[in-house]
Amino acid sequence: MITKRIIPCLDVKNGRVVKGVNFLGLADVSSPVSLAEFYSKCGADELVFYDITASAEGRALFTDILTEAASKVFIPLTVGGGINTLDDFDRVLKCGADKVSVNSGAIKNPSLVLEAAKKYGDQCVVLSVDVKRVDGEFRVFAKGGREDTGMEAISWIKRCVSNGAGEIVLNSIDTDGVKRGFDIEMLAAVCDVVNVPVIASGGAGCAEDFVKLFKSLPKVDAGLAASIFHFGEVDISELKKKLKAEDINVRI
Amino acid sequence: MIAIIDYGVGNLFSLTCSFRSIGADICVTSDPEVIAAADRIVLPGVGAFEDAARKLRESGLDKVVKDECAKGKALLGICLGMQMLFEKSYEYGEHEGLGLIKGSIRPIADVIGEGLKIPHIGWNALHFGDKKDELFKYINEGDCVYFVHSYYGAECDESVIATAEYGAELTAAVRSGNVCGVQFHPEKSERVGLAILRAFCEIN
Repeated sequence: MITKRIIPCLDVKNGRVVKGVNFLGLADVSSPVSLAEFYSKCGADELVFYDITASAEGRALFTDILTEAASKVFIPLTVGGGINTLDDFDRVLKCGADKVSVNSGAIKNPSLVLEAAKKYGDQCVVLSVDVKRVDGEFRVFAKGGREDTGMEAISWIKRCVSNGAGEIVLNSIDTDGVKRGFDIEMLAAVCDVVNVPVIASGGAGCAEDFVKLFKSLPKVDAGLAASIFHFGEVDISELKKKLKAEDINVRI
Repeated sequence: MIAIIDYGVGNLFSLTCSFRSIGADICVTSDPEVIAAADRIVLPGVGAFEDAARKLRESGLDKVVKDECAKGKALLGICLGMQMLFEKSYEYGEHEGLGLIKGSIRPIADVIGEGLKIPHIGWNALHFGDKKDELFKYINEGDCVYFVHSYYGAECDESVIATAEYGAELTAAVRSGNVCGVQFHPEKSERVGLAILRAFCEIN
C-alpha cells in the first residue's frame, strides 16, 4: 500500500533558507540546494519550497535555485509562495516543480484552482490553507496567517477540491510553532469531508507527534514540518525507523 | 546514446537531469534520424492519453518508434509513455495505442474498490512475483517508487514484470522483449528510480 509521507518545508528568501539551520557536515547550511540534497538522502519523501520573497530579483533567484535543486534531487517537489496566476504555475513547473501550492492566490481569485487543474491536472494543484479557530468555527486566514478572511474553512476546502485541488496542506495556526503536536481535531474535520490526500502541517515538536498523527488519523497522508527538521531536533531517517517500528507504512 | 522523444507532451527537465546524473549520454529529440541513430529510446508522457497519442501520430514518431522497436532497439515508456505502448486505452472513450504491449489501459476505479483515493499518488512498493526482470537487477523486492496515475495496464499478464498493491494488484511495469514500460516515475523515485534507469541503460 501507499506509504505515509514525511515532507520538510524550506522557506526561501533572497536565495537562502530562512529558518535557522544547524546541521553538521553541511558546507553551506542555508543553501536550499544543499539542504534539499541532504533531506533527500535522509529519506524525505517530498520537498516543499516556499518562496517568501517579495522582490522581482528575489523571485528570479528563487527560480534559479529551484532549477538547480530539481536537477540534483530526484523526489517530488512542491512549490508555493506568490502563486497568483497560471503564468506563475508555468514559471515554476518549467523549473522542475511537480506540484504547485496555492494559498492567498486562490482566495483572491477562486477560479485559479479550477483553471490550473484544467490545464495541468488535479494532481498538480495543491491547496494550502491556514486555519484558525474563531468564534467556535474554523476560519481561513490569508497573507501568511495575518488576515482573517471571514470564510469558514471546511466549506472553502470542499469548494476548492470540487474545483480540482488534488491535495490539501492544512496548516493549523492554533498549533503552529507550539510544538505540542499536530491539530488532530482540525485535521479530522477536513479528512471527513474530502477524498484527496491531506497533509498535516503545524505543531510537530518531536517524532512521537508524527506517530500520534498517523495512528489517530489513518486518513492523513503526510506530515509536514520545517524548523524541527532544520534544527536537527527530529532526524528524518530516525523518524521513519520509529514510524516503521510502530507499524506505520513508510518508505525506508 | 539514448533518445528521449520530445513530442510536445509534458516537461522533460527532471527526466533528462536524472539520466545525466547517472552519466548517460542522452539527447532530447523529435528527429527521426537521431532516434534511428540512438542505441535506446525513452518515450515519456504526462496528461491525457488521447491528446498524447494524437501528438505522437501527427508528428509521425509513432511509426519511427515502432520501426526502431521492430529492429530490436530497447525502449522504455514512462507513465503515460508506458500506457501508449498498449493496444488501446479506455481513458475518456476508446483510443488506439502503439500496440507494442498486448493489453489495454483501464481506470483504476474499476478494480481498487471503494474508499481509496484516486489518483494513486505517492510512494508504493514494487513486487516482482516469481522472476525478477533485469530492469530491477539493482533494486530489491519491496523497494518504493513514486506513482501518479488514475489508469492502469490491464489484460497484460504475460508482460507484467512488477506490480504495486493499491486495493488491487496494479501493473507497475511491463516488458515484452526489448520493449519496457514503467507506470511510476523513476526520475522522481530517488536512488531506486535511478537504479532502474541505470539497468535500462545496460539492457542489450
